[in-house]
Amino acid sequence: MKPLKAESDDALLNVRDDFPALDQAIHGHPLVYLDSAASAQQPQAVIDAVANYQQSDHANVHRGVHTLSHRATEAYEGARDKLRAFINAASRSEIVLTSGTTESINLVAQSYGRPRLQRGDQVLITHLEHHSNIVPWQLVCEQTGAELIVAPINEDGSLDVERMIELMTEAVRIVAVGHVSNALGTVNPVRRIVDAAHECDIPVLVDGAQGVPHMAVDVQALGCDFYVFSGHKMFGPTGTGVLYGREALLDAMPPWKGGGDMILEVRFDGTVFNELPYKFEAGTPNIAGVIGLGAAVDYLKRVKLDRIAAHETALLAYLTQQLSEIDGLRLIGTAPDKASVQSFLVGDIHPHDLGTILDHQGIAIRTGHHCAMPVMQRFDIPGTARASLALYNDRDDVDRLVSAVRKAQEIFA
Amino acid sequence: MSSVTALSNDDIRDLYRELILDHARQPRHYGVLAGATHSAEGINPLCGDKLHLHLRVDDAGVVRDVAFEGSGCAISVASASLLTDEVLGLSRENALAKMEQVTGALRGEATADELGKLNALLGVREFPSRVKCASLAWHALSAALGGRRIASTEN
Ligand SMILES: Cc1ncc(COP(=O)(O)O)c(C=O)c1O
Repeated sequence: MKPLKAESDDALLNVRDDFPALDQAIHGHPLVYLDSAASAQQPQAVIDAVANYQQSDHANVHRGVHTLSHRATEAYEGARDKLRAFINAASRSEIVLTSGTTESINLVAQSYGRPRLQRGDQVLITHLEHHSNIVPWQLVCEQTGAELIVAPINEDGSLDVERMIELMTEAVRIVAVGHVSNALGTVNPVRRIVDAAHECDIPVLVDGAQGVPHMAVDVQALGCDFYVFSGHKMFGPTGTGVLYGREALLDAMPPWKGGGDMILEVRFDGTVFNELPYKFEAGTPNIAGVIGLGAAVDYLKRVKLDRIAAHETALLAYLTQQLSEIDGLRLIGTAPDKASVQSFLVGDIHPHDLGTILDHQGIAIRTGHHCAMPVMQRFDIPGTARASLALYNDRDDVDRLVSAVRKAQEIFA
Repeated sequence: MSSVTALSNDDIRDLYRELILDHARQPRHYGVLAGATHSAEGINPLCGDKLHLHLRVDDAGVVRDVAFEGSGCAISVASASLLTDEVLGLSRENALAKMEQVTGALRGEATADELGKLNALLGVREFPSRVKCASLAWHALSAALGGRRIASTEN
């Protein structure tokens, strides 16, 4: 393996070559990928891990005595161990493998929320949430008669934490909050929210989809009760994800899906469910994807999460400063504590038009509402253009973005 | 290397040609329409574009008045604006025929003959992700004349 090279004069990494997808031309220009918040590219190590498994180790897990099944199970369960260490969970029983953040939140809403919620109860979320941390709660509220309440955000896109804490009354049964906002990049003070909620005996789910790719996460230090994330945003394959839950809570929750693997004994007069975490993993899982996710964890450990955070902090500062020098460009989301994302609008150019013009110059950004329509409603805008950074981006990417935005301004001048 | 066909540098100018930008900046017949007989909403859930199209069709079946409102990208707004110019004075049948002709040409299925000014919309054919933007208002037209309230680009 080649050594990771840090640029000597600052905190920037140089790992672009590890990601083969970045080495291509789009419309005749070298690709600049600034859409990692939607889905991140995968390093060669992840691609190889998946391919090797498919090529020579594939079999179903937890079932056969034969060698391939054993290998597949070892690799699959090995990935669970890596994920446990990655977020410092106390035990591997607390790592439930899911298809992603969305499934993890739905699982908690239905298995933890639904049996407990009733009329008069409240579920507290924030105005910053992704649809996947809104709609599952709306569904369970509809099913139970509970009410969904929303902590407001400030003009700069930061959470109004004081107001959120005031909303934590006796009626609140669960708090669900994003670690990092995918639309605005706001980093929420999760530790403070957890402490306040726990004072009122309210459990907290943290949507970490945008947290884990950018910073070291220690669920025990955060103190949260559930932490959920997706593999594909942390350089792993799609269709993988994690639900971390404190063991006592998971233990008390009924299974959400029934099927093979989640049982110890099935009889027509009653079925004994499997132990944690398998109780929540019905059916043949995404074995190849999870093995790839394990490789992604290894990769991130090798690059080192604190260096990734430092790299992105430096690059986000550069991005924000460069964008703010463009006449007529409006930054959306300028909270003091931010990670990896900058949303913006350019004059009266619709974000969709901007996205097309940038794509034409080889630059991939996301445009639209970013699955966070309430955030757009809060700022009374149809959507934004969003550049999101990952460990493989560099200053050159930012410079290319800036000059492409200027080109768009020329076209619309 | 990607298999995406390299677009020439002028394609983007072709997409955002002056006529399109002009209609996007100063959409014609923009607003509500008192006495509308037919209305429909065009929605593009992928990008959040939303247009309301209103028509006044007289007893002889001729479009006498037209207006639209809503928000969207330059392509969808310009297309709606061009549509309003185009359908004024057309019979219901001719308006629907025009819709078929334009959406067919946008999909690259029909020829662009006799599209006149609407030819300006055909720049989107090089940008597959934007064809729906250009078609949105036309689907709303078909919905309005067909008595449906909503046209979505996704079904
Ligand atoms: C903050 C946040 N939460 C949840 C999700 C949903 O993740 P997935 O679609 O992988 O389930 C996303 C992804 O867009 C996100 O950014």
